[in-house]
Amino acid sequence: MNTETTKKSTPYTVPIGPVHPALKEPVMFTFQMEGEIVKSVDFAPGNTHRGIEWMGMRRNPVQIVHLTDRICGICGIVHSLSFARAVEQIAEIEVPPRADYIRTILHELERMQSHILWAGVAAHELGFDSLLYLSWRVREQSMDLIENLTGNRVNYGIVQVGGVRRDISDEQLPIIEQGLSYYRGLLDQMKTVFLDDSTIRMRCRDHGLLSYRDAQLLCAIGPTARASGVAMDVRHDYPYCAYGDLNVHPVIPPQEFGGPHGDVYDRIIVRLLELAQSIDIIQQCLDNMPAGEILWEKKIPKLLSVLKKAHGEAIGRVEAPRGECMHYVRMDGNDAPATWKVKASSYSNLMSWIPMLKGEQLADVPIIVASIDPCMSCTDRVTVIQNGSAADLTKEDLTRLSRDKTRRLSQC
Amino acid sequence: MLTDIILTLAGAFLVVIFSLIVAFFLLGVDRIVTARMQARIGPPLTQPFTDMRKLFTKENVVPANAIPWLFNLAPVVALASAITILLYIPIGGFPPVLSGGGDLILVMYLLTLPALALVAGGFSSGSPYATVGAQREMVTMIAYEFPLAVVIIAIAWKLAVSGVPLPFMLMSIQANPVWGLVGPLGIIGILILFFVLLIVTPAELSRIPFDTPEAETELAGGVLVEYSGKNLALFTLTQGVKTVVMASLMVALFIPYRLSALVPAPAILQPVLDLLFYLILVVLVAFVAVSLIRVSMARFRINQVVSVYWIYLSLIGIAGLLLVMADHFIGVV
Repeated sequence: MNTETTKKSTPYTVPIGPVHPALKEPVMFTFQMEGEIVKSVDFAPGNTHRGIEWMGMRRNPVQIVHLTDRICGICGIVHSLSFARAVEQIAEIEVPPRADYIRTILHELERMQSHILWAGVAAHELGFDSLLYLSWRVREQSMDLIENLTGNRVNYGIVQVGGVRRDISDEQLPIIEQGLSYYRGLLDQMKTVFLDDSTIRMRCRDHGLLSYRDAQLLCAIGPTARASGVAMDVRHDYPYCAYGDLNVHPVIPPQEFGGPHGDVYDRIIVRLLELAQSIDIIQQCLDNMPAGEILWEKKIPKLLSVLKKAHGEAIGRVEAPRGECMHYVRMDGNDAPATWKVKASSYSNLMSWIPMLKGEQLADVPIIVASIDPCMSCTDRVTVIQNGSAADLTKEDLTRLSRDKTRRLSQC
Repeated sequence: MLTDIILTLAGAFLVVIFSLIVAFFLLGVDRIVTARMQARIGPPLTQPFTDMRKLFTKENVVPANAIPWLFNLAPVVALASAITILLYIPIGGFPPVLSGGGDLILVMYLLTLPALALVAGGFSSGSPYATVGAQREMVTMIAYEFPLAVVIIAIAWKLAVSGVPLPFMLMSIQANPVWGLVGPLGIIGILILFFVLLIVTPAELSRIPFDTPEAETELAGGVLVEYSGKNLALFTLTQGVKTVVMASLMVALFIPYRLSALVPAPAILQPVLDLLFYLILVVLVAFVAVSLIRVSMARFRINQVVSVYWIYLSLIGIAGLLLVMADHFIGVV
């Protein structure tokens, strides 16, 4: 016992991860603690790298689209949409308007299921398991809807370069309407359950703070940035798909909740309000849905021959449930792209953990870590191994490596 | 003398077996009821028995940087002290096995022993999670002790001023239901005290929202993180026995009625009736104190646990105590 008391007075180390109940995906945290207070924190991603880009470099764009479905566990559409948009820009393919609307509807349905999933995870991290079970039960409705529209619950396989692979028939419209009214009826209840609960407010208000300035300095994106008051949303700033025709504004915590604080509670507010926004967007899409084709080119060999001739580079950007997702593609007249770079949304948000966690209690670590909705399998693009074990790269190493890569790219 | 010892031993044996069965039954009911409230189906009622059988067949893993003798001793001490409490409280309408020897003060002290054993076990496991968990367990223990003492003292005081001999003896509390001794103001006071004891119970049993020492999502099981196999089984048993103890204590303090006194029944059936009535009461009390609170709340931070008990519940408890006192003095004047 004596050794413990002496240990208690000096900072001691609590490792969390790579596998720990607080984390839904592997990442390694090292906390320097003083009592229950976090003095400093460091984290090391790279535990779930699967070499997806490497696999893509041996495939043609039509095959890669289906590979991108598998980058993330629950975002079945943001990566494929992002990649398809990059390729479409290079090959100057014009997506039919109806396909744009269908993409938008699925994109928003995905945001709904992702935010509800997050709400359940957040409740679990707070030790509120009843809310986890109830949230995930209402999530099923959106999963069923997605299955009805695409044929799959996850890995939808709906996006194709130049459009979508399945149309929404007239019989499916009432099913979507029904799903939307189900969630409309549920919204107030969800707000009450999450925002009026005193234990949730006690645990989340003014904890995990990310200031407006830090959010901008660390390039935070998505709900994480919006909860700190940064009004940015790719759907509004650089409209893609059907968003140009629709009424979309970045959701920041409104005055009725005291404006943006940048805490965990605000991140709950933003996600719940975005749920309402997604319902509204899908409704707008259904009301304005144009008729017409859903694919630029139905015949795959013909599409492939066009893609093979394409030269150039482009960036596909979409607003994923967690923030901006970006795919850089460069094509040089071969079957496979010359370069394909995936930047998932969590990549930009991970660094905001550091200011959020400093000075917080150990008890709040799980909810703060979960509050940015980290997706490690999306983010991990590289694992550095030297002499058989994980190694660190310094700033100089990274600068040298990126200069090498730019030089390599400019040659092709 | 010898027959006395043999009778006591036999009684103790029966009480322990019966309480363990009740404990598993309560755990099973809790799991099913919780599951139903969370829109799940839940495991069968026999699941705790199955879990226990499995745990007893598993090996004990002692971590490399643990203190082995303390690490292995802690679960034994915890279970032994929990079982000792059983011998001092009335179960199923029967008088306690050791009815002559101990009173509520002793029970209060014995109640801290399993928690202390848990703390010792946590510190000796040599894991940072267990260390943090053990610190939290100590803080929680200090936090809920005061409201618990307020409840017990309030009731004993009322009995003492009403002229009941040996007011701290559970037998005298059971023989003189406290509700019958007070006026309307006192009834409100006792209801408040009952509420305080209901809220102390989840902390005593490390259940949500006061499961901070175990905190699955942050400490991965906290004090128990390194325990496995038979040692973990002993701690789980302790947990079950403590559930029975707390529920029985609440029944003995606040609902000390016997069905046989109200319903005319043949003499042979009377103990059976009492036992059934006791079981129903225990399940009800455990449902409110464990399952209902557990499904409707998030986990507290450790500083919130302390402020809930030291500030809010202590104040509420003292308010209850003052009401009982006011009721008495108004009655006297």
